[in-house]
Amino acid sequence: MGRYLGRKLLIYALTFFLAVTIDWMIPRFMPGDPVSLMIARIGTRPEAAEVLRGYFIQAFGLDVPLWQQYLNFWKALFQGDLGVSIWLYPQPVIKIIQRAIPYDLFILLPAILLSWFAGNHVGALAARARWLDNTLLPVGYLLTATPYMWLAILLAWSLGNVAGVFPIAGAYSFSIRPHLSLRFILDLLHHWFLPFLSLFLVMFGGWAIGMRNMIIYEMESDYSRYLEALGTPQKLIRKYAFRNAMLPQITGLALQLGGIVAGAVATEVVFAYPGIGYIILNAVQNQDYFLLQGCFLFIIIGVLLANFLIDIVYVIVDPRTRLGMTGE
Amino acid sequence: MLQVENLTVYYKTIRGYVQALEKATFTLADGEIMGLAGESGCGKTTLGHSLIYLRPPMNYIGGRVVLDGQELPIWDMEKMQEFRYRHISLIPQYAMNALNPTRKIGKMIAELLESRGVSYSEILPELKRRLDLVQLTQDVLKMYPIELSGGMKQRMVMVISTLLNPSLLIADEITSALDVSTQKAVCEMLVEFRDRGFVKSTIIITHDISILYQIADSIMVMYAGQLSEKAPTEVVFQDPRHPYTRMLIGSLPKVGVRYQEERLRGIPGSPPQLLNPPPGCRFRDRCPVAFGRCTEVPPFLEISPGHSVACWRAF
Repeated sequence: MGRYLGRKLLIYALTFFLAVTIDWMIPRFMPGDPVSLMIARIGTRPEAAEVLRGYFIQAFGLDVPLWQQYLNFWKALFQGDLGVSIWLYPQPVIKIIQRAIPYDLFILLPAILLSWFAGNHVGALAARARWLDNTLLPVGYLLTATPYMWLAILLAWSLGNVAGVFPIAGAYSFSIRPHLSLRFILDLLHHWFLPFLSLFLVMFGGWAIGMRNMIIYEMESDYSRYLEALGTPQKLIRKYAFRNAMLPQITGLALQLGGIVAGAVATEVVFAYPGIGYIILNAVQNQDYFLLQGCFLFIIIGVLLANFLIDIVYVIVDPRTRLGMTGE
Repeated sequence: MLQVENLTVYYKTIRGYVQALEKATFTLADGEIMGLAGESGCGKTTLGHSLIYLRPPMNYIGGRVVLDGQELPIWDMEKMQEFRYRHISLIPQYAMNALNPTRKIGKMIAELLESRGVSYSEILPELKRRLDLVQLTQDVLKMYPIELSGGMKQRMVMVISTLLNPSLLIADEITSALDVSTQKAVCEMLVEFRDRGFVKSTIIITHDISILYQIADSIMVMYAGQLSEKAPTEVVFQDPRHPYTRMLIGSLPKVGVRYQEERLRGIPGSPPQLLNPPPGCRFRDRCPVAFGRCTEVPPFLEISPGHSVACWRAF
């Protein structure tokens, strides 16, 4: 077990290093230049602009050669310093991300977990009830094939604009200041519902279809047929099939949870919801090297952490993986 | 004692019925190990499976199956449930994959038995004795199937399938995936199981006649969904009466013959399509002694005690 974990950790460390390097490269190799963009936005006289440009380039550390910038980036990273945002200058990147992450968790955690739970159970049910299967199959495929953004727009238009039941922008009303009160919490939930629903529905379709197909596959497998030939009640066979069909679903869940800090870009943009997705979009539009880098860094950490967790969970739930641990 | 009368089972396909088993009639005595032989697609697995687990695309067309004086409702998946495992059991072709990969073997057996209303703790001592008998350590109960080798899994499945002492055991191609020495061991176990009374009678489905020569009391040969011949093993080898059986035996390699000088004989031609089989004896087209009468289906008649043949030339 120790050797297995050690080897895995080494691989993850290497992956982290490469991913972060690419993360550093991506914004820098985008065409354009953030400082020019910033100065253009300020719109000052040419002489002042020159002075400002020199100041900003130095402030962001862009005056040294690329390799030096790269080393500086790692040095700062180990001190927990992700730099200063260009878009929201002079706020530190870490503060902006810290502010956005709770919104992501608030939307995505319930959407992912509930859709996973409901999808698995409905999918398993559909595998044995024909009428449910005939309904679930088309509906599930329709839902999972729907782009998040399109469903979000559809919901915002129907329940927001036409019916007027739900607000369609922001995490809370602009008229209220965030504070701890029942009124604020209700307002928060009111704004939360539509983005949550749009994510939940699309994810639900995917989980349900996946579970249904896996169960049918497991029920047709040799061990199920053997048990059937021995007259085992369907209840036990279904239990085994469900347990085994869960394994790929657990992987899927962990991967989704790993991507949770990436937010849901399309959904957050449609509902102007202030999560990481919304910030990534703005960072790209403003060529904000540091903010983009910081967001991606969190995504990298999230995905790697989730993968590592699956590796451990799998050792517990699937005996077949345990065999590979001892030696190759 | 198993009596099968006129058992007919077809496969339903889009293009019509595939007539995989046509009016099979035979009996199997208590303590008898019968080999069911024939080439691929001749209906031997269909016959074996229809006795325990007849489900779509298999379709019950007609016939009766009586086991120990009690008629088996083989056409009713639900009613058959109480007979499965307790009275009639199966060692499947896919024994290597027959165990749930994510359950410890002992736990799986416990859950299987409890689901059939049998107490695991009561049967455990007997289970352990039987594991010893097939030379598996008792530790396998604490292992996952993946920790066992192919031969071990095969033996494990044999023990599980016969745990409730069924009257009839159907062993489907159980030696096909094994090397010859393991094949021999597995076959000897089947005899041992019979001798110790774990099972009353056994049907061994195989296309390997030489295996049957060593362990079977009788051999039944099938061709294209019809029974050709059933006789005690010695008789099948010494005095086969059906031309197909003769050619089948004739095609086996013989000890002491050098096949550089004499070519190994086969049977020319191939079996007919079972979707719309020709009327009469289905072996007609490949048969060297066919004559006019063969356009009628020959009955499966007993020509001497324990020896039945379906061939107009043999009567």
